[in-house]
Amino acid sequence: MSQMISFVRQPVVVALTLIVVLLYLGQLLSPGFATGGQILRLLIVAALLGIVAAGQNVVILGGREGIDLSVGGVVSLSAIIAGNVMNGADSGILPAIAACLAAGAFFGLLNGLGVTLLRIPPLVMTLGMLGVLQGLLVVIRMGIPSGQAAPALSRFVTQPLVFGLPGIIWLWIAVGLLMAFMLHRTVFGHRIYAIGSNEHAAYMAGVPVRPMRIALFAISGMFAALAGLCLLGYSGSSFANVGEQYTLTSIIAVVFGGTSLAGGKGGYTGTMAGAVLLVILQGILTTVNIDESGRQMVFGATLLLLMTFYGRGRAMRA
Amino acid sequence: MAEIATGPTSRCVGGVRRLLERYPFLPALAIVAALLLLNGFFSPASLSYRALTGLLSTYMALILLSIAQTYVVYAGDIDLSVGSILSLVNVTIIVLMERWGGGAGAVLLSLALGLLLGLACGLVNGLVVAALRLQAIVATFATSIFFTGLALYILPVAGTPAPTLFWRTYGGRLFGLPFVFYILAVLLLLLFMLARTRLAAQLLAVGDDRQAAYQTGLPVVSVRIRGYLLCGLFAALAAFCITGDTASGDPLVGGKMTLYSVAAVVLGGSALAGGWGTVVGSLLGALTIGLINSLVFFIGTPSEWQNFMQGLAILIVLMAGVLAGRRARP
Repeated sequence: MSQMISFVRQPVVVALTLIVVLLYLGQLLSPGFATGGQILRLLIVAALLGIVAAGQNVVILGGREGIDLSVGGVVSLSAIIAGNVMNGADSGILPAIAACLAAGAFFGLLNGLGVTLLRIPPLVMTLGMLGVLQGLLVVIRMGIPSGQAAPALSRFVTQPLVFGLPGIIWLWIAVGLLMAFMLHRTVFGHRIYAIGSNEHAAYMAGVPVRPMRIALFAISGMFAALAGLCLLGYSGSSFANVGEQYTLTSIIAVVFGGTSLAGGKGGYTGTMAGAVLLVILQGILTTVNIDESGRQMVFGATLLLLMTFYGRGRAMRA
Repeated sequence: MAEIATGPTSRCVGGVRRLLERYPFLPALAIVAALLLLNGFFSPASLSYRALTGLLSTYMALILLSIAQTYVVYAGDIDLSVGSILSLVNVTIIVLMERWGGGAGAVLLSLALGLLLGLACGLVNGLVVAALRLQAIVATFATSIFFTGLALYILPVAGTPAPTLFWRTYGGRLFGLPFVFYILAVLLLLLFMLARTRLAAQLLAVGDDRQAAYQTGLPVVSVRIRGYLLCGLFAALAAFCITGDTASGDPLVGGKMTLYSVAAVVLGGSALAGGWGTVVGSLLGALTIGLINSLVFFIGTPSEWQNFMQGLAILIVLMAGVLAGRRARP
């Protein structure tokens, strides 16, 4: 029985249950919501969010108030870089991938260096970096046209590839498998949990804490850049601050996935479910017929309601 | 040899350290002074009485919003909804003042209701963060979406003008002195009084070590809620200033200001982890952001590079602030 209860209370189970409930609710509110095509569209959007959240996830798991507020800026920047490098030509895809990942890793690296060498709190460091990235976006947009997605990239993101699923869904599944393997089957993954739950103990046990943390921020930057690239494929061309919305929603997806913001506890499977949950909620709100103000109020209130299912802090005990 | 050399230096460092412990906002003050000098060097007119008054009336809203943020940061919390509280109060008082005719009575009544609204928003935040025990970062982000929705409901598009009486007063003069100077004077008095209250000490105690504060008998939940109430109150005051400055209502006016308020708190030397900080530092931090923005303009940065230079300068000063603040902490 207690095993049963602990199973039911698992974040992944909570998230999956909520997903089913929301899908049912969506179907009730607007018939045709829970059809295959519609769900597939939502999954594509969820994959974009989920890929950003993968990076956010490892930074948060690494603890010491780990958080990356610059992901939104990296997503936007990467979309613009990708658009300019490929400029509508399939032959430019590989160079674009390289350029985006390099840019993402670079800014992640800077974040990591600030957090470890200068010991700037991650919130402050990545917040400052977000300001720099937003400034950089203005420079790039004014200097050169923002470019077009290559046809192959758009097909990859929006058209069925294998078994009726678009390439980006397969990419997301691959990211999920990679994350699961990395977190649970590699030394690197175990060390993330180690520094996240007790940095000092991990250091004493010989974990290279600083290089680890720098690597986590670099990984976060690269995942954000990858999502930016896919976002370009999704929208066809990049426009101002396309990535802005991902900064805080990626954190919420991680929280809905059951990863503790305190670090050292959680995993990526839950985050994937969290991303789907968040996107379905947004999907329902766009299909029901209320205006923008009501939509936002319901969205905010529902987020609060859902949060009470997760990670409530412990009550004070003497 | 080495000992002789380090003797006086260490005493000197100790003196600086004591000074920093006593006045943790000193690095922020130095940065503001340096920025003022740089501004004056590149554009002497920017140090004129008129220009400084203008700077103050433009950034008074951010100053108040940063102070609002500081009180929750004291207790180790954070409020990502301050900007949307500001927007909500801004559109509410604009709509009320217009509906009631824009006379002196209408303005005062609207402002009173605006303060209550700010308090109500603070109460919501306090309840979800401290009583429901949700994570402050994500919970206040959720409430910010809710408040923004409410602001959009009250005023769907920006543009309704403020009554002439209101913005003329804010931008005008009283007994020969600019009105913002009176705001600043009252604000400093208010901050001075608040700093001497039990609540300020309790907030810092809760931020320093929540468990210890609880075990010494502090009502931790209620202290944190009161921190958010104070935050909502100051966010409403910030909304009055932005309304006076822009003379119109805009449901999204505060969106960008939330993160600036967090940056100003850090620039002012307060620790985001809580338990350490000053509101005067945040005031100076907000001024730092304003002065950086004008400096970037005065040194003749090409327009497309201005945002980047501002972001970079703020990042560098943020790092400097954190490093200086760490030296000061006991």
